[in-house]
Amino acid sequence: MVALMIGVLTFVALFLDMAMDGVGRLSWDFFTNYPSRRPGQAGILSAWVGSTLVMLTTAFFAVPLGVAAGVYLEEYAPKNWVTDLIEINITNLAGVPSIVYGLLALGLFVYQFGLGQSILSAGLTLALLILPVVIVATREAIRSIPQAIREGSYALGATQWQTVRYHILPYSSAGILTGVIIGMARAIGETAPIITIGALTFIAFLPPAPVKAEPPFISFEWLLSPFSVMPIQMFNWTSRPEAAFHANAAAAGFVLVLMTLAMNGLAIWLRYRLRRNIKW
Amino acid sequence: MMEVLATKAEARGLSFYYGDFRALKSISMTVHERKVTALIGPSGCGKSTFLRCFNRMHDLYPGNRYEGEILLQPDNANLLAASVDPIEVRMRIGMVFQKPNPFPKTVFENVAYGLRVRGERSRRQIEEKVEQALQDAALWEEVKDRLHQPAYNLSGGQQQRLCIARALATDPELLLFDEPTSALDPIATASIEELMHDLKERVTILIVTHNMQQAARVSDFTAYMYLGDLIEFGVTDELFIKPKMKQTEDYITGRFG
Repeated sequence: MVALMIGVLTFVALFLDMAMDGVGRLSWDFFTNYPSRRPGQAGILSAWVGSTLVMLTTAFFAVPLGVAAGVYLEEYAPKNWVTDLIEINITNLAGVPSIVYGLLALGLFVYQFGLGQSILSAGLTLALLILPVVIVATREAIRSIPQAIREGSYALGATQWQTVRYHILPYSSAGILTGVIIGMARAIGETAPIITIGALTFIAFLPPAPVKAEPPFISFEWLLSPFSVMPIQMFNWTSRPEAAFHANAAAAGFVLVLMTLAMNGLAIWLRYRLRRNIKW
Repeated sequence: MMEVLATKAEARGLSFYYGDFRALKSISMTVHERKVTALIGPSGCGKSTFLRCFNRMHDLYPGNRYEGEILLQPDNANLLAASVDPIEVRMRIGMVFQKPNPFPKTVFENVAYGLRVRGERSRRQIEEKVEQALQDAALWEEVKDRLHQPAYNLSGGQQQRLCIARALATDPELLLFDEPTSALDPIATASIEELMHDLKERVTILIVTHNMQQAARVSDFTAYMYLGDLIEFGVTDELFIKPKMKQTEDYITGRFG
């Protein structure tokens, strides 16, 4: 209890300190301005747009891969030493320092695949980073489904895929979604791997818009665009000598923490909503 | 009055192994068409294991092995043959479990599920069959106004009848009951037993029960099993009134088990 209070109070104190430093800088302009040499005009537009796009890319890759891997391990994989080995590896992957993922991504995505220092590279990197979280959450959600439900489905002549499609996935979706959001909340604050692959710290333009006026209307150019993200913008501002930039950093940090808290809150709410409809 | 008995299914020299453990020892028995056959015996005698051979439920778990055959009439197909897809078997043979296990979906979707996995798309067809199945399971009057509410809002007995409706919706030839009333109160139990009595007009029933009174009430034939062996099989009235085997007599008189 005491240990818990120490943790909570420390966080609250840090958060309040940051909020008080930064709250004066929060305004509409702060969200719609690019970074600038003048601290009073600097904003986080490119950073939050970058963060949002990177998160979308991350989710796009991590969710299908992670859910498929979790379903495979729980429902399809034979129980033998290969499966055990994969399981141990996934657990260990969750503990690998994020900078190692960054180095892997620098070698693999940036140079080997030639994706450059782009949103796509960053999204793939963070997708790798949160993959173990998604897999573990998927497996746990699936494991909580009683065997009687599976047997009921099979006894009616359902195939394995029908059982997964109509029962396993829908009933585990609450747990999976929670895991995904918690993974994303971690990814949004990650700095090290993003710096390693070479995100820009000062960027005064947005990636090309994904929707266009002329056919084919949807463009994926933004995937290969250079970018910045929230924690990098913060890091950049804290390393400046001027005190005014430090206030900017505190404000950006405040926004980032709020984003993370909001994501976690969303996870809790979704879990509550979806669980209400499922009882055994 | 003698009536001609048709065979629905027949086990021949059926042995079953959980890994190295031989749970069923060369069982041969006939299940008569449109009759209720009860399997009784003390816990661990293999009656549920035997029941679950009929719809190849054991195939879901690794390390299980069958020996011998179960022939299903009218086409004399060996259900246990390696060439037979267990899904085909389960399409013909329905099952009701020990604890009601409705899916966490609506009442309607629970009953429609068996039709959907068979590829039935016509909304009207599905609605008709769902209503028919719920009526056959004596549940229609109670749920017709809440077809689209979650099935777990029903009482335990209703849930079990829903599971019966779910199995009936696809017109099974043989219906397996694995201690269907052990989780229910006496009134719900009575309604399920009554239902079984009505159902045997059109479907063959094989039921596992740990309750001898229930076997005596609902079944036409009874098999007594002990430690994986089939000790005695016969017409229920005869088996309970004058069993041929000493072991059976000890069990039904309560001196053992």
